[in-house]
Amino acid sequence: MSSAISREDVAHLASLARISLSEDELDRLGAELPAILDHVAAVQGVVESAGDDVEPMSHPVPISNVFREDVVRPGLTPEAALEGAPASEEQRFLVPQILGEE
Amino acid sequence: MSDHTRSSAAQIAAALADGTTSVEVTQAHLDRIAATEPSINAFLHVDAEGALATAADVDRRREAGESLPALAGVPVAVKDLINTTGQPTTAGSRILEGWVPPYDATVVARLRAAGLPILGKTNLDEFAMGSSTEHSAYGDTRNPWDTDRIPGGSSGGSAAAVAAFEAPLALGTDTGGSIRQPGAMTGIVGVKPTYGGVSRYGVVAMASSLDQVGPMARTVEDAALLHEVIAGHDPLDSTSIDAPVPSVVEAARRGDVSGLRIGVIRELAGEGFQPGVQSRFDAAVEALAQAGAEIVEVSCPSFVHGIAAYYLVMPSEVSSNLARFDAMRYGLRVAPEGVDGPSAEQVMAASRDAGFGDEVKRRIVLGTYALSSGYYDAYYGSAQKVRTLIARDFSAAFEQVDVLLSPTAPTTAWRLGEKTSDPLAMYLEDICTIPANLAGLPGISVPIGLADDTGLPVGAQLLAPALADDRLYNAGAALERLVSMPVLQEVAR
Repeated sequence: MSSAISREDVAHLASLARISLSEDELDRLGAELPAILDHVAAVQGVVESAGDDVEPMSHPVPISNVFREDVVRPGLTPEAALEGAPASEEQRFLVPQILGEE
Repeated sequence: MSDHTRSSAAQIAAALADGTTSVEVTQAHLDRIAATEPSINAFLHVDAEGALATAADVDRRREAGESLPALAGVPVAVKDLINTTGQPTTAGSRILEGWVPPYDATVVARLRAAGLPILGKTNLDEFAMGSSTEHSAYGDTRNPWDTDRIPGGSSGGSAAAVAAFEAPLALGTDTGGSIRQPGAMTGIVGVKPTYGGVSRYGVVAMASSLDQVGPMARTVEDAALLHEVIAGHDPLDSTSIDAPVPSVVEAARRGDVSGLRIGVIRELAGEGFQPGVQSRFDAAVEALAQAGAEIVEVSCPSFVHGIAAYYLVMPSEVSSNLARFDAMRYGLRVAPEGVDGPSAEQVMAASRDAGFGDEVKRRIVLGTYALSSGYYDAYYGSAQKVRTLIARDFSAAFEQVDVLLSPTAPTTAWRLGEKTSDPLAMYLEDICTIPANLAGLPGISVPIGLADDTGLPVGAQLLAPALADDRLYNAGAALERLVSMPVLQEVAR
Protein backbone atom coordinates (compact mmCIF):
# COMPACT_ATOMS: atom_id res chain seq x y z
CA MET A 1 0.00 0.00 0.00
CA SER A 2 1.48 3.32 -0.98
CA SER A 3 1.67 5.95 1.67
CA ALA A 4 0.71 8.94 -0.37
CA ILE A 5 -0.08 11.76 2.00
CA SER A 6 -0.63 15.23 0.66
CA ARG A 7 -0.21 18.65 2.21
CA GLU A 8 -4.02 18.82 2.40
CA ASP A 9 -4.09 15.51 4.28
CA VAL A 10 -1.62 16.92 6.80
CA ALA A 11 -3.78 20.02 7.25
CA HIS A 12 -6.84 17.84 7.85
CA LEU A 13 -4.99 15.62 10.36
CA ALA A 14 -3.70 18.66 12.20
CA SER A 15 -7.21 20.06 12.47
CA LEU A 16 -8.44 16.71 13.84
CA ALA A 17 -5.61 16.87 16.38
CA ARG A 18 -6.53 20.50 17.22
CA ILE A 19 -3.20 22.02 16.21
CA SER A 20 -3.34 25.12 14.02
CA LEU A 21 -0.17 24.55 12.01
CA SER A 22 1.38 27.45 10.12
CA GLU A 23 1.90 27.34 6.35
CA ASP A 24 5.61 26.65 6.88
CA GLU A 25 4.84 23.77 9.23
CA LEU A 26 2.41 22.28 6.74
CA ASP A 27 5.08 22.47 4.02
CA ARG A 28 7.64 20.77 6.24
CA LEU A 29 5.37 18.00 7.55
CA GLY A 30 3.96 17.46 4.09
CA ALA A 31 7.52 16.77 2.93
CA GLU A 32 8.62 14.68 5.94
CA LEU A 33 5.66 12.41 6.60
CA PRO A 34 5.73 10.47 3.29
CA ALA A 35 9.33 9.34 3.96
CA ILE A 36 8.46 8.25 7.49
CA LEU A 37 5.29 6.49 6.33
CA ASP A 38 7.19 4.68 3.58
CA HIS A 39 9.48 3.29 6.24
CA VAL A 40 6.83 2.26 8.78
CA ALA A 41 4.54 0.83 6.07
CA ALA A 42 6.94 -2.14 6.01
CA VAL A 43 4.90 -3.63 8.87
CA GLN A 44 2.17 -4.50 6.37
CA GLY A 45 4.42 -6.77 4.33
CA VAL A 46 5.83 -8.35 7.48
CA VAL A 47 2.38 -9.23 8.73
CA GLU A 48 1.26 -10.59 5.36
CA SER A 49 4.17 -12.99 5.19
CA ALA A 50 3.79 -14.05 8.84
CA GLY A 51 0.52 -15.94 8.34
CA ASP A 52 -2.87 -15.80 10.00
CA ASP A 53 -2.12 -16.84 13.57
CA VAL A 54 -0.58 -13.54 14.70
CA GLU A 55 -2.72 -11.85 17.34
CA PRO A 56 -2.33 -8.09 17.75
CA MET A 57 -0.54 -7.11 20.97
CA SER A 58 -1.80 -3.90 22.52
CA HIS A 59 0.03 -4.20 25.78
CA PRO A 60 2.91 -6.19 27.32
CA VAL A 61 1.10 -7.14 30.53
CA PRO A 62 -1.86 -9.52 30.17
CA ILE A 63 -3.98 -7.94 32.90
CA SER A 64 -7.45 -6.50 32.62
CA ASN A 65 -10.17 -4.93 34.73
CA VAL A 66 -8.10 -3.71 37.64
CA PHE A 67 -10.60 -2.32 40.12
CA ARG A 68 -10.29 -0.91 43.60
CA GLU A 69 -12.86 -0.97 46.36
CA ASP A 70 -15.40 1.81 45.97
CA VAL A 71 -14.46 3.68 49.11
CA VAL A 72 -13.87 7.34 49.86
CA ARG A 73 -10.19 8.27 49.87
CA PRO A 74 -8.28 11.53 50.01
CA GLY A 75 -8.10 13.56 46.79
CA LEU A 76 -7.05 17.00 45.66
CA THR A 77 -8.68 20.03 47.24
CA PRO A 78 -10.48 22.35 44.80
CA GLU A 79 -7.71 24.91 45.36
CA ALA A 80 -4.98 22.41 44.46
CA ALA A 81 -6.90 21.15 41.43
CA LEU A 82 -7.39 24.70 40.12
CA GLU A 83 -3.90 25.94 40.94
CA GLY A 84 -2.53 25.31 37.44
CA ALA A 85 -5.64 26.43 35.57
CA PRO A 86 -5.19 29.23 33.01
CA ALA A 87 -8.39 30.76 34.41
CA SER A 88 -10.88 29.80 37.12
CA GLU A 89 -13.96 31.21 38.77
CA GLU A 90 -16.09 30.05 41.71
CA GLN A 91 -14.13 26.79 42.10
CA ARG A 92 -14.56 25.97 38.44
CA PHE A 93 -12.32 25.94 35.36
CA LEU A 94 -13.14 29.03 33.31
CA VAL A 95 -13.05 28.11 29.63
CA PRO A 96 -13.85 29.84 26.35
CA GLN A 97 -17.27 29.38 24.81
CA ILE A 98 -17.93 25.74 23.85
CA LEU A 99 -21.48 25.85 22.42
CA GLY A 100 -22.77 28.29 19.80
CA GLU A 101 -24.83 31.37 20.63
CA GLU A 102 -28.60 30.99 21.18
CA MET B 1 38.12 15.76 52.91
CA SER B 2 37.22 13.44 50.05
CA ASP B 3 35.35 14.77 47.03
CA HIS B 4 31.86 13.38 47.58
CA THR B 5 30.86 14.04 43.99
CA ARG B 6 33.38 11.42 42.82
CA SER B 7 31.94 8.77 45.15
CA SER B 8 29.40 6.16 44.19
CA ALA B 9 26.02 6.17 45.93
CA ALA B 10 27.09 3.05 47.85
CA GLN B 11 30.26 4.81 49.01
CA ILE B 12 28.27 7.89 50.03
CA ALA B 13 25.83 5.71 51.97
CA ALA B 14 28.76 4.10 53.80
CA ALA B 15 30.29 7.51 54.56
CA LEU B 16 26.95 8.75 55.90
CA ALA B 17 26.74 5.76 58.22
CA ASP B 18 30.24 6.64 59.33
CA GLY B 19 29.62 10.23 60.39
CA THR B 20 29.65 12.30 57.18
CA THR B 21 26.53 14.47 56.99
CA SER B 22 24.06 14.47 54.14
CA VAL B 23 24.11 18.28 54.22
CA GLU B 24 27.83 18.19 53.40
CA VAL B 25 27.33 15.64 50.59
CA THR B 26 24.31 17.46 49.17
CA GLN B 27 26.08 20.82 49.28
CA ALA B 28 29.08 19.32 47.46
CA HIS B 29 26.77 18.24 44.65
CA LEU B 30 25.03 21.64 44.55
CA ASP B 31 28.45 23.29 44.26
CA ARG B 32 29.38 20.90 41.49
CA ILE B 33 26.13 21.73 39.70
CA ALA B 34 26.83 25.46 39.96
CA ALA B 35 30.32 24.98 38.53
CA THR B 36 29.38 22.53 35.75
CA GLU B 37 25.99 23.67 34.48
CA PRO B 38 27.30 26.49 32.26
CA SER B 39 28.95 23.89 30.04
CA ILE B 40 26.44 20.98 30.41
CA ASN B 41 22.90 22.36 30.97
CA ALA B 42 21.65 19.10 32.46
CA PHE B 43 19.18 20.73 34.86
CA LEU B 44 16.02 22.70 34.11
CA HIS B 45 15.47 23.45 37.79
CA VAL B 46 17.71 23.14 40.84
CA ASP B 47 16.07 22.95 44.26
CA ALA B 48 18.95 23.71 46.64
CA GLU B 49 16.65 24.67 49.48
CA GLY B 50 14.48 21.55 49.27
CA ALA B 51 17.46 19.22 48.86
CA LEU B 52 19.29 20.70 51.85
CA ALA B 53 16.13 20.57 53.98
CA THR B 54 15.75 16.85 53.26
CA ALA B 55 19.46 16.34 53.95
CA ALA B 56 19.24 18.15 57.29
CA ASP B 57 16.20 16.12 58.26
CA VAL B 58 18.00 12.85 57.46
CA ASP B 59 21.04 14.00 59.44
CA ARG B 60 18.82 14.83 62.41
CA ARG B 61 17.10 11.45 62.31
CA ARG B 62 20.40 9.60 61.99
CA GLU B 63 21.83 11.59 64.89
CA ALA B 64 18.78 10.56 66.93
CA GLY B 65 19.63 6.92 66.30
CA GLU B 66 16.77 6.22 63.90
CA SER B 67 17.24 3.27 61.56
CA LEU B 68 17.20 4.71 58.02
CA PRO B 69 16.76 3.26 54.51
CA ALA B 70 19.97 2.35 52.64
CA LEU B 71 20.09 5.48 50.45
CA ALA B 72 18.83 8.00 53.03
CA GLY B 73 20.80 11.21 52.55
CA VAL B 74 22.18 10.29 49.09
CA PRO B 75 21.15 12.99 46.59
CA VAL B 76 19.30 12.21 43.37
CA ALA B 77 18.22 14.07 40.21
CA VAL B 78 14.81 13.52 38.61
CA LYS B 79 13.91 13.73 34.93
CA ASP B 80 11.54 16.64 34.38
CA LEU B 81 8.85 14.29 33.04
CA ILE B 82 8.11 13.09 36.57
CA ASN B 83 5.73 15.02 38.82
CA THR B 84 7.21 16.75 41.86
CA THR B 85 5.23 18.94 44.23
CA GLY B 86 7.10 22.11 45.09
CA GLN B 87 9.15 22.02 41.86
CA PRO B 88 8.05 22.72 38.29
CA THR B 89 7.47 19.81 35.90
CA THR B 90 7.74 21.01 32.32
CA ALA B 91 8.27 17.79 30.33
CA GLY B 92 10.72 19.96 28.36
CA SER B 93 7.74 21.68 26.74
CA ARG B 94 6.53 25.26 26.51
CA ILE B 95 3.01 23.99 27.04
CA LEU B 96 3.88 23.14 30.67
CA GLU B 97 6.22 26.07 31.35
CA GLY B 98 6.11 26.92 35.04
CA TRP B 99 3.56 24.23 35.87
CA VAL B 100 3.92 22.87 39.42
CA PRO B 101 2.09 19.55 39.83
CA PRO B 102 -0.46 19.27 42.65
CA TYR B 103 0.76 15.76 43.52
CA ASP B 104 3.95 13.67 43.55
CA ALA B 105 4.57 10.76 41.21
CA THR B 106 4.69 7.49 43.16
CA VAL B 107 8.41 7.14 42.38
CA VAL B 108 9.03 10.61 43.81
CA ALA B 109 6.98 9.82 46.91
CA ARG B 110 9.19 6.73 47.33
CA LEU B 111 12.37 8.80 46.97
CA ARG B 112 11.08 11.15 49.66
CA ALA B 113 10.06 8.29 51.96
CA ALA B 114 13.54 6.78 51.55
CA GLY B 115 15.16 10.13 52.47
CA LEU B 116 16.90 11.00 49.18
CA PRO B 117 17.44 14.76 48.76
CA ILE B 118 16.11 15.75 45.30
CA LEU B 119 18.67 18.06 43.69
CA GLY B 120 16.43 19.17 40.86
CA LYS B 121 14.78 18.34 37.56
CA THR B 122 16.74 17.31 34.50
CA ASN B 123 16.43 18.24 30.84
CA LEU B 124 14.87 15.97 28.22
CA ASP B 125 13.56 15.89 24.69
CA GLU B 126 10.10 17.47 24.81
CA PHE B 127 7.69 14.90 26.28
CA ALA B 128 10.57 12.40 26.01
CA MET B 129 10.34 12.42 22.21
CA GLY B 130 13.85 12.21 20.84
CA SER B 131 17.21 10.50 21.07
CA SER B 132 19.47 13.50 21.62
CA THR B 133 17.84 15.98 24.08
CA GLU B 134 17.95 18.52 21.23
CA HIS B 135 14.14 18.63 21.17
CA SER B 136 13.88 20.31 24.57
CA ALA B 137 12.15 23.70 24.54
CA TYR B 138 14.75 24.85 27.07
CA GLY B 139 18.02 24.33 25.19
CA ASP B 140 20.37 21.43 24.47
CA THR B 141 22.17 19.38 27.09
CA ARG B 142 25.83 18.68 26.29
CA ASN B 143 27.74 15.41 26.58
CA PRO B 144 30.34 15.72 29.39
CA TRP B 145 32.82 13.67 27.30
CA ASP B 146 32.65 16.24 24.48
CA THR B 147 30.43 19.27 24.85
CA ASP B 148 30.04 19.60 21.07
CA ARG B 149 28.12 16.35 21.16
CA ILE B 150 24.68 15.21 22.25
CA PRO B 151 24.25 13.25 25.50
CA GLY B 152 21.68 10.94 23.92
CA GLY B 153 18.04 11.10 24.86
CA SER B 154 15.46 11.50 25.85
CA SER B 155 16.83 11.24 29.43
CA GLY B 156 19.92 13.20 28.34
CA GLY B 157 19.81 15.60 31.30
CA SER B 158 19.78 12.77 33.83
CA ALA B 159 22.58 10.95 31.98
CA ALA B 160 24.77 14.06 31.67
CA ALA B 161 24.18 15.01 35.33
CA VAL B 162 25.36 11.60 36.53
CA ALA B 163 28.25 11.43 34.05
CA ALA B 164 29.45 14.94 35.02
CA PHE B 165 29.36 14.09 38.75
CA GLU B 166 26.52 16.56 39.39
CA ALA B 167 24.49 13.73 40.92
CA PRO B 168 25.38 10.15 41.90
CA LEU B 169 21.92 8.92 40.94
CA ALA B 170 19.08 9.96 38.65
CA LEU B 171 15.69 8.81 37.47
CA GLY B 172 14.98 8.55 33.77
CA THR B 173 12.17 7.18 31.66
CA ASP B 174 12.52 4.74 28.79
CA THR B 175 9.86 4.40 26.06
CA GLY B 176 12.11 3.27 23.19
CA GLY B 177 15.56 3.41 24.78
CA SER B 178 15.51 6.79 26.52
CA ILE B 179 17.40 5.53 29.60
CA ARG B 180 19.72 2.97 28.00
CA GLN B 181 20.84 5.00 24.96
CA PRO B 182 21.85 8.18 26.85
CA GLY B 183 23.46 5.86 29.43
CA ALA B 184 25.60 4.41 26.63
CA MET B 185 26.37 7.82 25.11
CA THR B 186 27.61 9.27 28.42
CA GLY B 187 29.37 6.19 29.80
CA ILE B 188 27.00 5.41 32.67
CA VAL B 189 24.64 2.61 33.69
CA GLY B 190 20.95 2.86 32.77
CA VAL B 191 18.18 0.39 33.44
CA LYS B 192 14.72 0.00 31.93
CA PRO B 193 12.91 -2.29 34.38
CA THR B 194 10.26 -4.82 33.36
CA TYR B 195 7.12 -3.04 32.14
CA GLY B 196 4.86 -2.72 35.19
CA GLY B 197 7.76 -3.19 37.60
CA VAL B 198 7.90 0.51 38.49
CA SER B 199 4.83 2.72 38.87
CA ARG B 200 3.98 5.20 36.09
CA TYR B 201 1.60 7.15 38.33
CA GLY B 202 2.45 10.84 38.09
CA VAL B 203 4.77 10.41 35.11
CA VAL B 204 3.72 12.54 32.14
CA ALA B 205 2.51 9.89 29.69
CA MET B 206 4.09 9.57 26.26
CA ALA B 207 3.20 6.04 25.06
CA SER B 208 1.54 4.27 27.95
CA SER B 209 2.08 0.68 26.82
CA LEU B 210 5.84 1.34 26.48
CA ASP B 211 6.84 3.95 29.11
CA GLN B 212 8.84 2.81 32.12
CA VAL B 213 10.76 4.71 34.84
CA GLY B 214 14.21 3.44 35.75
CA PRO B 215 17.49 4.19 37.54
CA MET B 216 20.65 5.82 36.13
CA ALA B 217 23.97 5.68 37.99
CA ARG B 218 27.71 5.31 37.52
CA THR B 219 27.82 1.73 38.85
CA VAL B 220 25.57 -1.30 38.45
CA GLU B 221 25.28 -1.63 42.24
CA ASP B 222 24.14 2.01 42.57
CA ALA B 223 21.48 1.47 39.91
CA ALA B 224 20.28 -1.60 41.81
CA LEU B 225 20.06 0.33 45.08
CA LEU B 226 17.90 2.99 43.40
CA HIS B 227 15.86 0.31 41.59
CA GLU B 228 14.83 -1.22 44.92
CA VAL B 229 13.71 2.20 46.21
CA ILE B 230 11.33 2.89 43.30
CA ALA B 231 10.12 -0.59 42.25
CA GLY B 232 7.11 -2.53 43.45
CA HIS B 233 3.36 -2.68 43.09
CA ASP B 234 1.38 0.57 43.12
CA PRO B 235 -2.41 0.42 43.28
CA LEU B 236 -2.49 3.88 41.64
CA ASP B 237 -1.10 2.42 38.38
CA SER B 238 -3.46 -0.19 36.94
CA THR B 239 -0.65 -1.69 34.84
CA SER B 240 1.61 -2.13 37.84
CA ILE B 241 2.53 -5.79 38.40
CA ASP B 242 1.59 -7.19 41.81
CA ALA B 243 4.66 -9.39 42.29
CA PRO B 244 7.73 -9.27 44.53
CA VAL B 245 10.57 -7.00 43.33
CA PRO B 246 13.51 -9.14 42.13
CA SER B 247 16.54 -9.01 44.48
CA VAL B 248 18.55 -6.74 42.22
CA VAL B 249 21.01 -5.42 44.82
CA GLU B 250 21.99 -8.95 45.80
CA ALA B 251 22.38 -9.80 42.10
CA ALA B 252 24.54 -6.71 41.47
CA ARG B 253 26.82 -7.73 44.34
CA ARG B 254 27.06 -11.30 43.01
CA GLY B 255 28.16 -10.46 39.44
CA ASP B 256 28.94 -14.04 38.45
CA VAL B 257 28.51 -15.20 34.84
CA SER B 258 30.12 -18.63 35.11
CA GLY B 259 27.77 -21.05 33.41
CA LEU B 260 25.40 -18.25 32.40
CA ARG B 261 24.07 -18.65 28.85
CA ILE B 262 24.40 -15.32 27.03
CA GLY B 263 22.81 -14.91 23.60
CA VAL B 264 24.41 -12.47 21.18
CA ILE B 265 21.71 -11.15 18.84
CA ARG B 266 22.81 -11.78 15.27
CA GLU B 267 20.59 -9.08 13.74
CA LEU B 268 22.00 -6.28 15.92
CA ALA B 269 25.44 -6.08 14.33
CA GLY B 270 27.09 -5.41 10.99
CA GLU B 271 25.83 -2.80 8.57
CA GLY B 272 25.07 0.53 10.23
CA PHE B 273 27.11 -0.30 13.31
CA GLN B 274 30.14 1.92 13.84
CA PRO B 275 33.39 -0.12 13.74
CA GLY B 276 34.57 1.36 17.06
CA VAL B 277 31.33 0.25 18.71
CA GLN B 278 31.49 -3.22 17.19
CA SER B 279 35.10 -3.85 18.24
CA ARG B 280 34.45 -2.79 21.85
CA PHE B 281 31.38 -5.00 21.86
CA ASP B 282 33.29 -7.98 20.48
CA ALA B 283 35.94 -7.51 23.18
CA ALA B 284 33.24 -7.46 25.87
CA VAL B 285 31.75 -10.70 24.53
CA GLU B 286 35.20 -12.28 24.59
CA ALA B 287 35.74 -11.13 28.19
CA LEU B 288 32.44 -12.68 29.25
CA ALA B 289 33.41 -15.94 27.58
CA GLN B 290 36.76 -15.88 29.37
CA ALA B 291 34.89 -15.39 32.66
CA GLY B 292 32.98 -18.62 32.08
CA ALA B 293 29.81 -17.48 30.32
CA GLU B 294 28.47 -19.69 27.57
CA ILE B 295 28.16 -17.45 24.50
CA VAL B 296 25.49 -18.48 22.00
CA GLU B 297 24.57 -16.67 18.80
CA VAL B 298 20.81 -16.30 18.56
CA SER B 299 18.58 -15.02 15.79
CA CYS B 300 15.68 -12.64 16.39
CA PRO B 301 14.56 -12.03 12.80
CA SER B 302 11.66 -9.70 13.64
CA PHE B 303 13.82 -7.21 15.56
CA VAL B 304 14.73 -5.42 12.32
CA HIS B 305 11.05 -4.46 12.00
CA GLY B 306 10.97 -3.01 15.52
CA ILE B 307 11.51 0.59 14.45
CA ALA B 308 8.68 0.47 11.92
CA ALA B 309 6.29 -1.01 14.50
CA TYR B 310 7.46 1.38 17.22
CA TYR B 311 7.04 4.49 15.07
CA LEU B 312 3.39 3.50 14.58
CA VAL B 313 2.47 2.27 18.05
CA MET B 314 4.22 5.10 19.86
CA PRO B 315 2.82 8.06 17.84
CA SER B 316 -0.65 6.50 18.02
CA GLU B 317 -0.48 6.45 21.81
CA VAL B 318 1.14 9.90 21.79
CA SER B 319 -1.68 11.41 19.74
CA SER B 320 -4.16 10.08 22.28
CA ASN B 321 -2.19 10.88 25.45
CA LEU B 322 -1.31 14.43 24.46
CA ALA B 323 -4.96 15.27 23.79
CA ARG B 324 -5.06 16.17 27.49
CA PHE B 325 -3.09 19.34 26.79
CA ASP B 326 -6.19 21.28 25.82
CA ALA B 327 -5.42 24.69 27.41
CA MET B 328 -8.46 24.35 29.65
CA ARG B 329 -7.42 22.87 33.01
CA TYR B 330 -3.66 23.47 33.19
CA GLY B 331 -0.78 24.47 30.98
CA LEU B 332 -0.40 27.15 28.35
CA ARG B 333 -3.45 28.98 26.99
CA VAL B 334 -3.05 31.46 24.14
CA ALA B 335 -5.72 33.30 22.21
CA PRO B 336 -5.68 32.87 18.43
CA GLU B 337 -4.60 36.01 16.61
CA GLY B 338 -7.24 38.16 14.98
CA VAL B 339 -10.24 36.22 16.31
CA ASP B 340 -12.85 38.04 18.34
CA GLY B 341 -14.30 35.92 21.17
CA PRO B 342 -12.60 32.69 20.10
CA SER B 343 -14.25 29.33 20.71
CA ALA B 344 -12.71 26.72 23.01
CA GLU B 345 -11.68 24.75 19.94
CA GLN B 346 -9.86 27.74 18.41
CA VAL B 347 -8.07 28.40 21.70
CA MET B 348 -7.04 24.72 21.91
CA ALA B 349 -5.63 24.72 18.38
CA ALA B 350 -3.73 27.97 18.89
CA SER B 351 -2.38 26.89 22.29
CA ARG B 352 -1.24 23.51 21.02
CA ASP B 353 0.48 25.12 18.03
CA ALA B 354 2.29 27.60 20.30
CA GLY B 355 3.04 25.10 23.07
CA PHE B 356 4.26 22.01 21.21
CA GLY B 357 7.58 21.76 19.38
CA ASP B 358 8.20 20.31 15.91
CA GLU B 359 8.91 16.71 16.94
CA VAL B 360 5.80 16.55 19.14
CA LYS B 361 3.61 17.90 16.33
CA ARG B 362 5.18 15.46 13.88
CA ARG B 363 4.34 12.49 16.11
CA ILE B 364 0.82 13.67 16.94
CA VAL B 365 0.00 14.07 13.24
CA LEU B 366 1.62 10.72 12.40
CA GLY B 367 -0.33 9.01 15.17
CA THR B 368 -3.57 10.67 14.16
CA TYR B 369 -3.01 9.31 10.65
CA ALA B 370 -2.16 5.77 11.86
CA LEU B 371 -5.34 5.65 13.93
CA SER B 372 -7.65 7.20 11.37
CA SER B 373 -10.52 5.29 9.84
CA GLY B 374 -9.41 3.39 6.75
CA TYR B 375 -5.76 3.25 7.82
CA TYR B 376 -6.12 1.82 11.32
CA ASP B 377 -5.82 -1.86 10.33
CA ALA B 378 -3.04 -1.27 7.82
CA TYR B 379 -0.87 0.78 10.15
CA TYR B 380 -1.71 0.51 13.85
CA GLY B 381 -3.18 -2.99 13.55
CA SER B 382 -0.20 -4.32 11.59
CA ALA B 383 2.23 -2.73 14.03
CA GLN B 384 0.50 -4.51 16.92
CA LYS B 385 0.98 -7.81 15.13
CA VAL B 386 4.67 -7.10 14.56
CA ARG B 387 4.83 -6.49 18.29
CA THR B 388 3.60 -10.06 18.78
CA LEU B 389 6.27 -11.36 16.37
CA ILE B 390 8.98 -9.56 18.35
CA ALA B 391 7.66 -10.98 21.64
CA ARG B 392 7.77 -14.45 20.03
CA ASP B 393 11.41 -13.93 19.02
CA PHE B 394 12.21 -13.11 22.64
CA SER B 395 10.36 -16.19 23.91
CA ALA B 396 12.22 -18.46 21.51
CA ALA B 397 15.56 -16.88 22.39
CA PHE B 398 15.00 -17.24 26.14
CA GLU B 399 14.42 -20.96 25.66
CA GLN B 400 18.07 -21.15 24.63
CA VAL B 401 19.74 -18.51 26.81
CA ASP B 402 19.41 -16.70 30.16
CA VAL B 403 20.10 -13.18 28.89
CA LEU B 404 20.53 -11.49 25.51
CA LEU B 405 23.38 -9.13 24.60
CA SER B 406 23.86 -6.44 21.95
CA PRO B 407 25.39 -3.01 21.59
CA THR B 408 23.07 -0.42 23.21
CA ALA B 409 23.29 1.90 20.20
CA PRO B 410 24.83 1.49 16.75
CA THR B 411 27.03 4.58 17.12
CA THR B 412 28.70 6.74 19.74
CA ALA B 413 27.38 10.25 20.48
CA TRP B 414 26.96 12.40 17.39
CA ARG B 415 27.51 16.14 17.02
CA LEU B 416 24.77 18.58 17.97
CA GLY B 417 22.63 19.30 14.95
CA GLU B 418 23.97 16.38 12.94
CA LYS B 419 20.65 14.50 12.71
CA THR B 420 18.00 17.11 13.55
CA SER B 421 17.17 17.81 9.90
CA ASP B 422 16.43 14.14 9.15
CA PRO B 423 13.88 12.69 11.61
CA LEU B 424 14.10 9.21 10.09
CA ALA B 425 17.89 9.06 10.58
CA MET B 426 17.36 9.91 14.25
CA TYR B 427 14.67 7.21 14.58
CA LEU B 428 17.02 4.55 13.20
CA GLU B 429 19.37 5.11 16.16
CA ASP B 430 16.84 3.28 18.36
CA ILE B 431 17.14 -0.08 16.59
CA CYS B 432 18.75 -1.97 19.51
CA THR B 433 16.64 -0.66 22.36
CA ILE B 434 13.10 -0.69 20.93
CA PRO B 435 12.38 -4.47 20.95
CA ALA B 436 12.48 -4.62 24.77
CA ASN B 437 9.91 -1.81 25.05
CA LEU B 438 7.59 -3.42 22.54
CA ALA B 439 7.72 -6.71 24.47
CA GLY B 440 7.76 -5.12 27.95
CA LEU B 441 11.06 -6.72 28.96
CA PRO B 442 13.83 -5.33 31.16
CA GLY B 443 17.14 -4.05 29.81
CA ILE B 444 20.36 -2.55 31.14
CA SER B 445 23.11 -0.58 29.42
CA VAL B 446 26.59 -0.97 30.90
CA PRO B 447 29.57 1.14 29.74
CA ILE B 448 32.21 -1.09 28.12
CA GLY B 449 34.93 1.40 27.22
CA LEU B 450 35.70 4.08 24.65
CA ALA B 451 35.44 3.49 20.91
CA ASP B 452 38.83 3.40 19.16
CA ASP B 453 37.56 5.53 16.28
CA THR B 454 35.85 8.37 18.19
CA GLY B 455 37.21 8.11 21.74
CA LEU B 456 33.64 8.24 23.06
CA PRO B 457 31.78 5.88 25.43
CA VAL B 458 30.23 2.64 24.17
CA GLY B 459 27.49 0.73 25.97
CA ALA B 460 26.45 -2.91 25.90
CA GLN B 461 22.85 -3.85 26.44
CA LEU B 462 21.65 -6.93 28.32
CA LEU B 463 18.02 -8.05 28.05
CA ALA B 464 16.13 -10.56 30.21
CA PRO B 465 12.67 -12.13 30.45
CA ALA B 466 9.91 -10.17 32.23
CA LEU B 467 10.46 -9.92 35.99
CA ALA B 468 14.00 -11.33 35.69
CA ASP B 469 15.58 -7.89 36.20
CA ASP B 470 18.00 -9.51 38.67
CA ARG B 471 19.68 -11.38 35.78
CA LEU B 472 20.56 -8.03 34.21
CA TYR B 473 22.19 -6.77 37.38
CA ASN B 474 24.12 -10.00 37.89
CA ALA B 475 25.47 -10.13 34.33
CA GLY B 476 25.84 -6.33 34.19
CA ALA B 477 27.98 -6.26 37.33
CA ALA B 478 30.20 -9.00 35.92
CA LEU B 479 30.57 -7.10 32.65
CA GLU B 480 31.37 -3.89 34.52
CA ARG B 481 34.22 -5.66 36.32
CA LEU B 482 35.58 -7.35 33.18
CA VAL B 483 35.92 -4.30 30.92
CA SER B 484 38.08 -1.25 31.40
CA MET B 485 36.01 1.90 31.30
CA PRO B 486 38.10 5.04 31.87
CA VAL B 487 36.89 7.56 34.45
CA LEU B 488 35.98 10.98 33.08
CA GLN B 489 38.59 13.34 34.49
CA GLU B 490 36.94 16.65 33.74
CA VAL B 491 34.17 17.89 31.49
CA ALA B 492 35.70 18.06 28.01
CA ARG B 493 35.10 21.30 26.14
